Amino acid sequence: MSQELVLNAHNLKQHYQVKQGLFKPDATVKAVDGVSFTLEKGKTLAVVGESGCGKSTLGRMLTMIETPTDGQLNFRGEDLLTLSKEQQKELRQKIQIIFQNPYGSLNPRKKIGAILEEPLVINTKLSKAERKAKALEMMAKVGLKPEHYDRYPHMFSGGQRQRIAIARGLMLDPEVIVADEPVSALDVSVQAQVLNLMMDLQQEFGLSYVFISHDLSVVEHIADEVMVMYLGKVVEHGTCEEVFTNPKHPYTQALLSSTPQLSRDKRRQRIKLKGELPSPLNPPSGCAFHGRCQYANDRCRSETPVLRSTNNGHLIACHAVEESRLDSLAGAA
Amino acid sequence: MNIWHRPQGVAEHTTRVRHVLSAMRGDKLALFALCIFALYCLVALLAPLLAPYDVNSVDFMDLENAELAPYWQTGDGRFLLGTDTQGRDLLSVILYGTRLSLTIGVCAVLIQLLMGGTIGLLSGYIGGRLDAFLMRAADIQLSFSTMMVAIVVLAVFQTLFGNAVYQQLAMLMLILVLGIAEWPIFARIIRACVFAEKDKEYVDAARVLGVSKVRIMLRHILPNTVSPILVILTIQIANAIVAEAALSFLGLGMPPAQPSLGALISSGFNYLFSGAWWISVFPSMTLILLIFVMNLLGDWLRDHLNPQAAGG
Repeated sequence: MSQELVLNAHNLKQHYQVKQGLFKPDATVKAVDGVSFTLEKGKTLAVVGESGCGKSTLGRMLTMIETPTDGQLNFRGEDLLTLSKEQQKELRQKIQIIFQNPYGSLNPRKKIGAILEEPLVINTKLSKAERKAKALEMMAKVGLKPEHYDRYPHMFSGGQRQRIAIARGLMLDPEVIVADEPVSALDVSVQAQVLNLMMDLQQEFGLSYVFISHDLSVVEHIADEVMVMYLGKVVEHGTCEEVFTNPKHPYTQALLSSTPQLSRDKRRQRIKLKGELPSPLNPPSGCAFHGRCQYANDRCRSETPVLRSTNNGHLIACHAVEESRLDSLAGAA
Repeated sequence: MNIWHRPQGVAEHTTRVRHVLSAMRGDKLALFALCIFALYCLVALLAPLLAPYDVNSVDFMDLENAELAPYWQTGDGRFLLGTDTQGRDLLSVILYGTRLSLTIGVCAVLIQLLMGGTIGLLSGYIGGRLDAFLMRAADIQLSFSTMMVAIVVLAVFQTLFGNAVYQQLAMLMLILVLGIAEWPIFARIIRACVFAEKDKEYVDAARVLGVSKVRIMLRHILPNTVSPILVILTIQIANAIVAEAALSFLGLGMPPAQPSLGALISSGFNYLFSGAWWISVFPSMTLILLIFVMNLLGDWLRDHLNPQAAGG
């Protein structure tokens, strides 16, 4: 635990005001509602959850594409949200993002060289030759060839485009990379290549990743810590090993049971969730998950659970876990 | 398809523009239109060199030669297409008229593009109240027909400042009026494109990399709106030329001393049934062919710059 702390988020919130029409009052969508975590140098925090749970919004807040409505965000002890524009620009370089869709994240009208050099044009005073040298060096690191420098994005495959996006993110020597579903748009064979590349680069540059994904097999491969989100809130947070071998929250259990396993003894009994993710416009009272949870009781329907630490820092927000209702019911079923 | 092993070749460096040009090679009609249009541009540029007579010289106008029929009717080798009502060589006047018409059309559309582009970019990128305000302004502007605005403005200008001033400033006035009257066309299209582009991830990526708003607008979003702009550009130039011709025909455009194609058609119109048909017919044919090829080019560009249309 003597690792240096890089990123520290406390109670981050992103609430959107949504117009519902002329005569109805505006509604509030709590896309992210009080997320806290810490990220250490060289570690990977995976953020897991189904579509619409707020994990991408979280990524957009960490990279300051969106300003949180509430909460604190510290990078190496400096509060990113209260800084002046100048300082923000300085620190912003240290947190970069890789997007899900490599077909949308590269400007189709710019050559690879120009895409990679633009961050340097804006943030550094390097000469043209120095910029080119740096771009070529980074291209080599991510497995692109020098002759790709003068090509346009449409000449590349999805995996190669994602390599370009990764190279662009690394041009400013960042310390944190927010990877928003970086491999889910790629073929499975290419996914592994890109993941391995990301892990190699993490070793080489000492990067910290916030790895946003819904693909649990990918997460198990790359993450050190896992944070499970449901409807804008964190429901479970622990080390990768702890969460995967000993999931506590009913939602995490259901998610894990839906991951296909090759070996017979690793297979879990399939838990089928009823219904769909509730609308964030009209979230359920109490625990947001109660409508789909087989352990829900009256307390779950009325009282919102908070994250509680169990043993060795494993955090769970569930009344049923707290009251140890889970095991007895599961045993009966 | 594995791109790593693709041999070095022309295809590697194909940009969209080159792609369009190579597609044009296969399309005879488009190629024809492009050639004719290029010819027009060349003629407009080189009119002083190509014209048999200098339209600005004093002895160019000679009433003794007025209304001479074309060469093949009179055998008079001096005037290939005959002369107009003031004894000017019709071929020379048409060459200069083409030059004037094209200049007015292009300059007017450049003003449209500049105004519409700026407003469209700001409106689309910033959005919100500014967008609502600018787009309502565009609606109001478009609810006045261009011709009506132009006629009112030019007529008022003519009466206020007198004919002498008007003759000097006619070209500038036409460019300004036609330019300002139609900016919403560009503004709307560019705004729509910006809306489509600004939520794409490359824009977010640029913001995270610290790229400023202005640079994102000009360097990232604007280049991605070029295809539709190019299409409207061709069609708008054709429209502006037609509008100018119509105004000149109504006597509100270019003065008779510096006739554009429209002014020429107008000056010969009264003689059409008294036998001197060539004064109107030759400029008309010149104008019609120009507009025709520009519309062909515009349509063709629309089909080929739009990936969805090209795919289907």
